[in-house]
Amino acid sequence: MPKMNLTHFEAALLFALFASIVLGVVTKKTDRERLQYGLRCFGYFVVALIGLGWLMWLGHR
Amino acid sequence: MPSKTTTAAGQAPDNAHSWPAIVGAAWLVPGAGHFLLKRPGRGGLLLGSVVLMFLFGIMMRGAMFHPQTGDLLTTVIYCGGFIGDLASGLLYLLSTWFGYAQPDVAGDVHDYGTKFLVAAGLLNILAMVDAYEIATRKKQ
Repeated sequence: MPKMNLTHFEAALLFALFASIVLGVVTKKTDRERLQYGLRCFGYFVVALIGLGWLMWLGHR
Repeated sequence: MPSKTTTAAGQAPDNAHSWPAIVGAAWLVPGAGHFLLKRPGRGGLLLGSVVLMFLFGIMMRGAMFHPQTGDLLTTVIYCGGFIGDLASGLLYLLSTWFGYAQPDVAGDVHDYGTKFLVAAGLLNILAMVDAYEIATRKKQ
């Protein structure tokens, strides 16, 4: 199995993508609701990722 | 030829499996429960997500947890992590049987890999719960 090196951002984005897909699939009732919820979850993950990144950057100044 | 059984409402069931078999299959192969329940689209998405997450974890050389006891935090982290790893089903069993034994070393990529491996199992638990709810007709 090849070894993979990802940055924090890439790894966190991948994590957000897969988690959002599963959360979308298992929660809502219709395909449209699932798609919307998955996209919303992914957006929340990305916002939290960037927000926490800035917070840590400010904390280390 | 076996006759088809019907529910109390008179509807033919969309599967002939009982929920323990569905949940067991969903544990062993991510998404298999949904495939058995004739939800191939959702099953495919679950299969792809969990398998890819697990494979990314392996490629990042994440470590597998082994159950350890000691103080409360050690017990929760190591036993919980082991349960998370084990929840990936065949992916975990095959990788350990084929000798994957990455030591827990320092490094952010290894760390992410370890979390990916556990998270793949946790996502598979969500898929198993969903398959159980569909099999017991608590949801569509």
